[in-house]
Amino acid sequence: MNKIIELKNITKAFDGEVVLDNINLDIYDNEFLTLLGPSGCGKTTTLRIIGGFETADVGDVIFLGERINNVPPYKRNVNTVFQRYALFPHLNVFENVAFPLREKRVPKAEINERVNEMLKLVALSGFEKRSVNSLSGGQQQRVAIARALVSKPKVLLLDEPLAALDLKLRKDMQQELKKIQKATGITFVFVTHDQEEALSMSDTVVVMSEGRIQQIGTPVDIYNEPTNAFVADFIGESNILDGVMLRDKKVSFAGHVFDCVDFGFEPKEPVDVVVRPEDVDIVPEEKGMLKGVVTSVTFLGVHYEIIVDINGFKWMIQTTDFWDVDEHIGLYIEPDAIHIMKKSEYSGMFGDYSSFSMELDEIGELEQENLEELGELTEQDEPEAAESERSE
Amino acid sequence: MKNKNPLNRRGGLIQRLALAPYTLWAVLFIVVPLFFVGYYAFTDGQFHFTTKNITDIFTTTSRIKDGDGFKEIHTYLVIFGRSLKLAVISTAICLLLGYPFAYIIARSSARTQSILITIIMIPMWMNFLIRTYAWMTILQDTGLLLNGLRLLGLNMDNVHITGTETAVVIGMVYDYFPYMILPIYSIMAKMDIKLLEAASDLGCNGFGVLRRVIFPLSLPGVISGVIMVLIPSISTFYISKMLGNGLTTMIGDVIESQYQTNPHFSSALAFILMVVLLVAMALMQRYANKRAAA
Repeated sequence: MNKIIELKNITKAFDGEVVLDNINLDIYDNEFLTLLGPSGCGKTTTLRIIGGFETADVGDVIFLGERINNVPPYKRNVNTVFQRYALFPHLNVFENVAFPLREKRVPKAEINERVNEMLKLVALSGFEKRSVNSLSGGQQQRVAIARALVSKPKVLLLDEPLAALDLKLRKDMQQELKKIQKATGITFVFVTHDQEEALSMSDTVVVMSEGRIQQIGTPVDIYNEPTNAFVADFIGESNILDGVMLRDKKVSFAGHVFDCVDFGFEPKEPVDVVVRPEDVDIVPEEKGMLKGVVTSVTFLGVHYEIIVDINGFKWMIQTTDFWDVDEHIGLYIEPDAIHIMKKSEYSGMFGDYSSFSMELDEIGELEQENLEELGELTEQDEPEAAESERSE
Repeated sequence: MKNKNPLNRRGGLIQRLALAPYTLWAVLFIVVPLFFVGYYAFTDGQFHFTTKNITDIFTTTSRIKDGDGFKEIHTYLVIFGRSLKLAVISTAICLLLGYPFAYIIARSSARTQSILITIIMIPMWMNFLIRTYAWMTILQDTGLLLNGLRLLGLNMDNVHITGTETAVVIGMVYDYFPYMILPIYSIMAKMDIKLLEAASDLGCNGFGVLRRVIFPLSLPGVISGVIMVLIPSISTFYISKMLGNGLTTMIGDVIESQYQTNPHFSSALAFILMVVLLVAMALMQRYANKRAAA
């Protein structure tokens, strides 16, 4: 595969606040790459640097082997689908899509042909004369995609393009975007904060946090082998516990020694242990490796999500069987359900699922529990609160 | 089902009461005076119906010197024509100067924006007559401008600014400039910056973005700016008297001076002027709507 874009040591600060810290990323031909992270992680800034709307303070943007740091957007063979679509309100659907072709003085007949071809691709044939203001969100989205693709860019940048759509439409558009990417063979760089979206659409996922890349990999790698507690927490649900690696393939956590499949750590090295909620088997209490009490049950259609208290640490477990609150159960964990991660700056930031259950229960419990629990609770709230406060 | 809420009902009691002062105002100060303008325009001194006032506007002629001989001109049509010409020139100058300026203001920082807008507005705090007098002292034959140029050693003896149409245009541009800038600026300040980025992304250089996105989107502002400058400048008076030394009489001056001796004829002039302006505005509005629909 050919490298199309290389980001080398990109650093960017706004008013002294570092938003990108030494970003290195290779983007390949015909790839669907997603920049995933919470608001304020720098994903949109990365996209804007590729698009030419921002310039990196340090580092280089390489496009097909050429340094393009100071090339303005209109000279880059890269087009953008903006978050709020940014359609031109004074032009109809046809003219919006024809916009870049008219700028290049493409002959009329060819403009007609290419615009119609694009409108067909995004299923908007027959909408040519419509005003863009009369379109629904999903239709506007399609016009924006057609407009960005009509000049056949090497790379299409998409800045949270589905954020404004409702759930059903978003799912449809995810499928459709993937289809368009396959059909055109154009590299897509997609920005989102929605991990499900990232996993379902991408060839490569780039997880970002606080201006740094945390992990680059396929969706399966990212989910099964997160590099640190941030990635494990951000992608899907996970129980993250403190553990100690006794030796290769032996790990101790939650007061029990488990067989696992990981190796290559120092003897007695403290580690973060990830157990996904769907990977835990529930067994009768006496047969369990760990024993606990169910504290809450939520029915989610496909499965139940239950919270189990094991020696004060609240686990989330997904099960298709019904277990009632206050039932005593045992947990059985297969060796390959356990994933071991090196300690990182994110260790201990995510805690357990104690604040996950219903708020009223927690308030009731709080009155009885000691202050330690209180500390744990506030810590739990932190990542979410910070997420909503920060803005890009 | 009948809507009992008086606030929701069109023409409900509360709504009618709330509107009463404004309706009264509009009737007393807009409808009644307009009616009298029309009434005077179509009556003679004894208040008998006549169209003579109107026809006089189109037929009155006077003899003016033309080279060695004399020629007949239609007095009021010539004055109308001159008013229209000077108003169009002033409006065009306001637009050419004001548009880039409005753009620069809209793209500067919030602080700079408020400073620049204040600077634009400050002359409007001063009386219009005083502003015109100020221009007299600058432009007259022994004024600041010509004397300044003389200090530089230039011979200015055959140069006159006051008493020419140029002086009148300068005065009008100065007076009406803010009315051009403000509507254009307010539209540009609200423009979505993402649209400009999108245009740039889609292959437009700086001029392309201006031509294909900023200008078409700012058109409503341009049209209100043009209306707000064209209308007062076409009917302007006093500026031509002070800066034109009475040699460039405009229709506003005629209406004003005729009113002293023949209010019926003066009203007829005002009436025709109003009709011309209404037609011009309607045409412009139609153009704007067409652009918006396209």
